[in-house]
Amino acid sequence: MLGYALRRLLLAIPLLLGITFVSFLVIHLAPGEPAEIQTGDLSVQSDAQARQLLRELYDLDKPLHVQYTKWLTRIVRLDFGKSFSPDSRPVLQKIGERLPVTLLLNIIEMLVIVVLAVPIGVLAATRQYSLFDKVTTVFVFVGFATPDFWLALLLMILFGVQLGWLPISGLRSLNWEYLSFWRQQWDFVSHLLLPILVATFGGLAGFSRYMRQSMLEVVRQDYIQSARAKGLTEPIVIGKHALRNALLPIVTILGLSLPGLIGGSVIVESIFAIPGMGQLMVQAVFERDYPVIMGNLVIVATLTLMANLVADITYSLIDPRIRVGVRRGRR
Amino acid sequence: MKRRAPFARLALILALGLAGCGVEADLVADDAAPSEKPAHGDTFIEALTGNISGLIPNVLSDSASFEVGSLIYNGLVTRDRDLNLIGELTESWRFSKDCLDLEFHLRRNVRWHDGEPFTAADVVFTYETMINPKTPTAYREDFRAVASVEAPDPYTVHVRYTQPYAKALQSWGIWMLPKHVLEPYVREGRLRDAPQNRSNPIGTGAYRFKEWKPGEKVVLVANPDYFEGRPYISRVVYRIIPSQATIFLELKAKGVDSAGLTALQFKRQTEYPAFRKAYHKYEYSANAYTYLGFNLRDPRFADRRVRQAFAYAINKRELIDGVLLGLGREATGPYKPGTWAYNPNVKRFAYDMDKARALLAEAGWKERNADGLLVRNGQPFAFELLTNQGNDERKKVAEIVQASLKELGVQVDIRVIEWASFLKEYIKKRRFEAIILGWGIGLDPDQYEIWHSSKTGPDELNQISYANPEVDALLEQGRTSCHQEERKKSYARLQEILAEDQPIVFLYFRDALPVVSSRVRGIVPSANGILYNFNEWYVPKHLQRYTAG
Repeated sequence: MLGYALRRLLLAIPLLLGITFVSFLVIHLAPGEPAEIQTGDLSVQSDAQARQLLRELYDLDKPLHVQYTKWLTRIVRLDFGKSFSPDSRPVLQKIGERLPVTLLLNIIEMLVIVVLAVPIGVLAATRQYSLFDKVTTVFVFVGFATPDFWLALLLMILFGVQLGWLPISGLRSLNWEYLSFWRQQWDFVSHLLLPILVATFGGLAGFSRYMRQSMLEVVRQDYIQSARAKGLTEPIVIGKHALRNALLPIVTILGLSLPGLIGGSVIVESIFAIPGMGQLMVQAVFERDYPVIMGNLVIVATLTLMANLVADITYSLIDPRIRVGVRRGRR
Repeated sequence: MKRRAPFARLALILALGLAGCGVEADLVADDAAPSEKPAHGDTFIEALTGNISGLIPNVLSDSASFEVGSLIYNGLVTRDRDLNLIGELTESWRFSKDCLDLEFHLRRNVRWHDGEPFTAADVVFTYETMINPKTPTAYREDFRAVASVEAPDPYTVHVRYTQPYAKALQSWGIWMLPKHVLEPYVREGRLRDAPQNRSNPIGTGAYRFKEWKPGEKVVLVANPDYFEGRPYISRVVYRIIPSQATIFLELKAKGVDSAGLTALQFKRQTEYPAFRKAYHKYEYSANAYTYLGFNLRDPRFADRRVRQAFAYAINKRELIDGVLLGLGREATGPYKPGTWAYNPNVKRFAYDMDKARALLAEAGWKERNADGLLVRNGQPFAFELLTNQGNDERKKVAEIVQASLKELGVQVDIRVIEWASFLKEYIKKRRFEAIILGWGIGLDPDQYEIWHSSKTGPDELNQISYANPEVDALLEQGRTSCHQEERKKSYARLQEILAEDQPIVFLYFRDALPVVSSRVRGIVPSANGILYNFNEWYVPKHLQRYTAG
C-alpha cells in the first residue's frame, strides 16, 4: 500500500514538470506582454524606454528557456517570486489573502452538494420513475442548464433589490467593524448565502445524477437480491449494502473536484464581487502577470495530482477488490 | 491609524422629494432650501470595476489607481471646469517670452499627510523621480524637454526647457511625491516596492488613506489639514465590483452612490420614478471618439475621394441613434466640441449618397459586377474591416458601416479579434485594410504622435500611415508654443485639413453617463466631467446616510 503510494508520488514529479513547462510556453505564446500592457499599448504616453526597462526588470528580454530555468530553480525552493503587477507583492502573499475565501466558499458548497445530492440520488433511484424521481430529474436538469450568471442576477434582483433581504455583492458590509460580534457573523453569512446557492444549484445536478445512476446499477446486482432474500429490511439493504457500493464512483468524482476547491469560480466570484482565487487568476491573465498565473497553476496542478492519488487510495480503502487488484498487479 | 469613531449605519433616510429631483444634465436641483447648507460628514461609495494596482499613481497605469490617487495626491496645476489649467499646489506661475523658462510660486500652507511641510525640494524630487531611468513610469516623455529644475528658495521652482514645449505647464499636473519618505526607494529604483505603494501613501491631497483590502475595497478619509480646508464628505469608499451588471443592481439597491451607465441603462432601465428620485443623471461628452480608419498604404484608400465618399455614405446621426441611443455627438475632427482648440467651421459630410457615388465614380469606381459591387480594372471593391473583441459598440458601428457601404456597392467583411493579438498582429504590423477603433484624447490638443508622418513606425501611433507636410508643420508649430492663441490658430487649420482630407472618417464622441445619489449636492457638470470639484461636494445634514468620524 505504502509502496504503491510512493511510486505514484514519484511518477507525479515528471508529470508536474511537464505541466509547468507546457503552461509556461503557452502563456508566453499569448500575445501581449506585461511590459506592453503596463506602459499602455495604445496611449500617447506609450514609451519605448519604459517598456524596455520593464522587460529587463522582469527578465522578459531573455530567451524563453532561460526564463523557464530561472523560474524552475526558484520554484523548487518554494520561492514563487513577485507579481509583475505594479504592486510587485510576493505571489504567495497574493494567493494567501485570496485563498481562505475561495476555500470556505467551495467547501461549504461541496458539503451542501454532497448532503443534498446523495439522498436525492438514492431516493430517485429506489423510487425509479416515481413522481419524486421525475420532479427531481426536471429540477436537476433545469439547474444544470441554467447559466450561473443569469441565475445570480435574478436572485440578486429578487433578494437584493426587490425584497431587500440580502446584500447583493461583496463579503462584508461597509460598517462591519462597528457591528456586534453576532451581527458580524450574520452579516458575513448573509453575504455568502446567494453565492453558495448559485454555485450549489449548478453542481447539484451532476452529483445527484451520478448518485442515482450508480445506485441504479448497484440495486440490480445479485448481492442486493441475496440481501433481500436473507430477509433484511429495505433500509438496511439500501443504506448499508447498496449505498456503500454506490458511493465508490462518487468518491472518485469528489476527489477530482478537490483542486476546484482552490481554483475558485470565476463567474460566481466576479458577479458577487468576492475577492477570491478566480478573480485573482482572471486579473493575472489579463495583466499577463506570469508569476501569479504560474504560481496558481503549480498549486492547482499539484493538488490535482494529489487528489487523483488520494482518490485512488480511498477507493482501495472502500473497496477491498481494488486493494487486492493492486497487490496482484505488483507481483 | 486606529480611529474608533462610531460608524453605524443609520436607518435609511429616504431621499425626501425635493424640488427639481430627477432633473437631467444641467442641474438646477441644487437651489438651496434653508436646510440645504453644506455640511461635513457622510460616506460616498463608489464602484471600481478593477482592483487598484498600487497607491503611487506615478508608476502605475490603470485608471482605477489614478482615480484613487487623484484624491490622495495633488499636482502643481490642475484643470478647472472649463479645462483651463489653474494652480493647485502652486499659487502662480510665469512663462518667459520665449517659453523656455517657467517659474512656479508654491503655496506656503501645504503639509504632507504626515505633517511635514511641502516645499520646492519635493517638486525637484518628483521631477528627478520621473526622469530616473530606473523608475518604471509612463510619464517620462513629459519631462524630456526639461533642461533643469531648480529650487532657489523653498517656495519657488524654476524650470528651464531646452526647447519650447506646449505641454510644459500641463505636465506639472503630475502627482507630487514626498521626498522625505520616498527618496531611498527612488535612488534604488524600487519605488514600486515602497511600502507607500501598498499602504499608507503620503500625499498632500484632500483625502488620506485608511485601508486597502485587495479585491474588496479602498477606504479614504477626509484630510482635516487640507490646504483648501477639510472636504465636506468625510469618507470615500471604493468598492471593487468587477461586473457591470452587479454595479447596476447595487446602484438600484443603494449599495453604491455613483456609477457610469451604459446608454441602454441610462435611457431605458432607469426611467422609473424611484430611480429618478434617488439619483441624479448627468451626461457630457467623454474624451474619446470612435472612427473608421484606413490603411493609407492601400492604393484604394490613398485616394482622398474614396475616403470622402465613405464619409458621405455613413449617416452619423443614424449611427449615434442606433449604437448609443442618441447619447453622443458627431465628431468633425479629433477635438471635442466645447474645448478651446475645437474649430466648428470645418467641412462637414452630411449624409448624401449621390455625392458619395459621384466621388467614387470620379475615383474610377464606376462599373458594377453581377453581385452589384463596384469594379475597377476588373477588381471588385471589397475589404476587411477589423475591430477588437469585447466592445459591443464598435461591433455595432462596424455593422452599420457595412450596411451603408453595401448600398454604395462596396463589400465589407467584418472581423472581430481579441485585443492583444489585434494590437500585436494587425495594428502594429499594419496588417489591416480598415479598422473601427477609438482614440482617447488628452486634455492638451497636441496630437503629434497620432498624425505626424515621422510617427509611422511599428510601435508608434500613426498606424494609418498618414503623411501630409502641411499637417506636419502645423503639429510642430502647435507643440512648440506656450501661447494658447498661437496654438489655437495652428490647431484650427489642422482641423480644417483633417476634415477635408478625412484620413479617417471621424464618427462620434460618446457621452459619459454617470449617475450620483441625489443626496449629494454641489455637483456642477461641465466640459471637465463632474469629478473635478469633488472636494466641494456635500450632503446636507438631514440627508446624510452614514455617520463617519
